[in-house]
Amino acid sequence: MKSRKMRGEINRMALRLPAISVNEGVARAVVAAFCAQMNPSATELADIKCAVSEAVTNCIVHAYRESEGDFYITVILFEGGLVRVAVRDRGCGIADVRAARAPLFTTDAEHERSGMGFVVMENFMDSLAVFSREGKGTTVVMTKRVGVSAERE
Amino acid sequence: MIHTEYRYETRSRDRRLFVTLYGEIDHHGAVALREELDALLLRERPARLVLDLAHVEFMDSAGLGLLMGRYRLMRELGGEMAIINPNDRVLKILRLAGMERFFEITRSVKGEKI
Repeated sequence: MKSRKMRGEINRMALRLPAISVNEGVARAVVAAFCAQMNPSATELADIKCAVSEAVTNCIVHAYRESEGDFYITVILFEGGLVRVAVRDRGCGIADVRAARAPLFTTDAEHERSGMGFVVMENFMDSLAVFSREGKGTTVVMTKRVGVSAERE
Repeated sequence: MIHTEYRYETRSRDRRLFVTLYGEIDHHGAVALREELDALLLRERPARLVLDLAHVEFMDSAGLGLLMGRYRLMRELGGEMAIINPNDRVLKILRLAGMERFFEITRSVKGEKI
């Protein structure tokens, strides 16, 4: 098995927080602070913050809607400016991931969910993968290459 | 900014209600903000609601839900809604959701429509 260094890993962090809404802001601020060492543009960092906020909000609003639990974030920074963010919960899971990823899909219309969470993650990051099992939980894995764009704000 | 607290200021003129929002709009704060804005709209019943987002530093899809909900309420009240001064990041998510199909979005009070 290759070592972390051989895989091009520069740094990693893990965060576990209770799935309560005040932690949406905490999670995105911590991830953004950690990713700052990759010298991202302001736009790239804002994109990551927004994607993390969406994933964490899903944990709080959907995964643990009828229970309590924690969510787990792992961020790995790789050489070449690649950021990999995984957000995991042990909540109710998603019955149909494909349907859940469609724009405007929501299981909670009465609370004015826009149904745009996965669309935001998909558009603001370079890749998005969703793994879920009903009754077991959901893991969202997102990647984005940062610090490579000519844009600097 | 870790704190996701809300502040807003309002002023009205000629049945136009201007609301300047501050801070970060996420799911955590959107609930309280929604209730306060709705109470304000039902009390004032403006013909036009203008939401100034110049001081909104962050907004995710919970913010989109908040804006769409207020847009629907304004329609029910027979009025209209507009957004002014979103920063580039906020504008990006507004555009992603196609919000300009529902209400006017301008970069400044005197600015052009996007």
